[in-house]
Amino acid sequence: MAVTTASPPAAGVWGSIWQGITRSTSGFVGLCLVLGVLLFSFVGPLFVDPHNPTDVTRIWGPMSSEHWLGTNHEGKDTLTQLVLGGREPIWVGVTAALITVAIAVVLGAVAGYVRGRVDHFLLQLTDITMTIPFIVLMLVIASFYRTSSPLVVSFIIGLVTWPYLMRSIRAQVLTLKEREFIEAARLQDLGTARILLIEVLPNMAGYIFINFIIAITNAIYAVVGMYLLGLLPSTADNWGLMIQQAWDNNAFLLPQAAPFLVAPMVMIMLFQIGLVTMTRSLEQALNPRLRDR
Amino acid sequence: MTDRTANPDHAEPRPDEPPVLALRGVRQVFDTPRGDVPAVAGVDLEVRRGQVLCLVGESGCGKTTTARMAAALAGPTSGSVLFRGRDVAEMDRKERAAFRHSVQYIHQDPYASLNPVRTVLSTVSAGLRRHGAVRGRREARRAVTELLERVDLTPAEDYLDKYPHQMSGGQRQRVAVARALAMNPEVIIADESTSMLDVSIRVSLLNTLGRLRDELGVGFLFITHDLAVAKYFAWRGEIAVMYLGRVVEHGPTPQVVNDPQHPYTRALVSAVCEPDPDLAGTRERVRLRSDDIPDLTALPPGCDFHPRCPSYVQGSCDTERPPLVRSHDRLLACHVLTRG
Repeated sequence: MAVTTASPPAAGVWGSIWQGITRSTSGFVGLCLVLGVLLFSFVGPLFVDPHNPTDVTRIWGPMSSEHWLGTNHEGKDTLTQLVLGGREPIWVGVTAALITVAIAVVLGAVAGYVRGRVDHFLLQLTDITMTIPFIVLMLVIASFYRTSSPLVVSFIIGLVTWPYLMRSIRAQVLTLKEREFIEAARLQDLGTARILLIEVLPNMAGYIFINFIIAITNAIYAVVGMYLLGLLPSTADNWGLMIQQAWDNNAFLLPQAAPFLVAPMVMIMLFQIGLVTMTRSLEQALNPRLRDR
Repeated sequence: MTDRTANPDHAEPRPDEPPVLALRGVRQVFDTPRGDVPAVAGVDLEVRRGQVLCLVGESGCGKTTTARMAAALAGPTSGSVLFRGRDVAEMDRKERAAFRHSVQYIHQDPYASLNPVRTVLSTVSAGLRRHGAVRGRREARRAVTELLERVDLTPAEDYLDKYPHQMSGGQRQRVAVARALAMNPEVIIADESTSMLDVSIRVSLLNTLGRLRDELGVGFLFITHDLAVAKYFAWRGEIAVMYLGRVVEHGPTPQVVNDPQHPYTRALVSAVCEPDPDLAGTRERVRLRSDDIPDLTALPPGCDFHPRCPSYVQGSCDTERPPLVRSHDRLLACHVLTRG
């Protein structure tokens, strides 16, 4: 993710983006939350023992110094599962968001700028894609391929969710294209590709980036939801899978099972809240007009 | 970039070479739900190197449409735009690129014509980089610094990394001029380029443009509704007065401004404010018969100006459209005057 590379206040673009992010309190808190969850899920696994054996003597064990968050229905350590379970949904979320935003930006920009037959064809394509019922598609795919990997899941999410963003990007390109500075660029004979890349799209950078973040949250919810519905195979540790297992084993009826149910939900919510609040200051960071305020 | 300074054969145009930019009977008819609107109804103009042609007229008379056609931003409904004698509409890719570079356009609103998310450096250098005039960041900086100094944005270093919102209107318009200059143009079409600026800034920008004309031999098609600006900038050039899509009077600036002949030009000149209150009282104002501009979709028969014309006489004025003919050392479209 681009924001994580915004290191200490340096001059130039990254420096001003860092300033923009840190200026608003809520945005900064959001960034901290996101970074915290990322550290927890990607650096945390280096510090825990991935070997997490089943222990039938400790089913639904309470919180203790040995098992900070207790144990689950199989006697496995909940905290270990929690640490190991973050990578997959976050990866799926980011990959799916990248795919969806990339498709939406490329097609939206081309459709809006070139217009004509291309525009017509692409709009038809969005219409068709929009009508594909996502959950049903997942059901079908899951029933055919029991072993669908996270990467396949992110591809499917990415390939199905792009039309909404594509339409709004197309609409923005339509208005930007009529602006005088685009005409001035055409008078400079800059060429269509260059005009799109360096004149039109940077004007929407904030919007695109924020939609990228929102796409991550949507994709994470989608993948967690699919685990919850049991559409995805129970292979690796995964927050979504934890919630599904808690549900399957009636964890919500047992007070001592609460950590196993609540912990992954809290992690997901913290990450999502962090992302959403972070977008607020990103707008400020990516728009030079707002940066100086 | 180095030989941008005065070039002797730039300054004096040779009369035998074809004008850089010429409009030949161009018309532009907009198809609207209310009917066809003939925004420009047959205009002939020529712009030569180092010369200024000023197009004046009130709002809605077709000045901007003419300018846009001259810049090939819009195609004429009929007639042709010639660049060095070649019709722009029939040009191949290469010729068209040469035309694009040689004829630059400066928009009216400097707040809209600069990309808000790009710095001055990247705005001005975009064309230079694209067409291989400069390579690398340092060369671009140097070239843009030169251009900014040429348009009197000094010290140029201070402006390179600014965004448009950090500058005033006058400074932005200078950046727009610098961007046009980057293409090393032969003709600059300036569409009301000074009308959004304060009066003091306007004069200094006009002086800058005047220097480009004198030192670089850039020709100007200068669109304005302000006769004072036209008089100041085009004193050694020509003025064409437009009314409802047609040129009604066209001649050397001193003659047109100091001794206007066409009743419409006379009315325009007399409508310019006189700053001296003593003189203002004594000045005679041309009285028009009507203040309403006819609707372009329903033009009156005969001369377009006759319903408002103070010198209207019964006869050909309301039946026959006057042609633009040479008379009184200029081109005039008026039955009363050209009849002698």
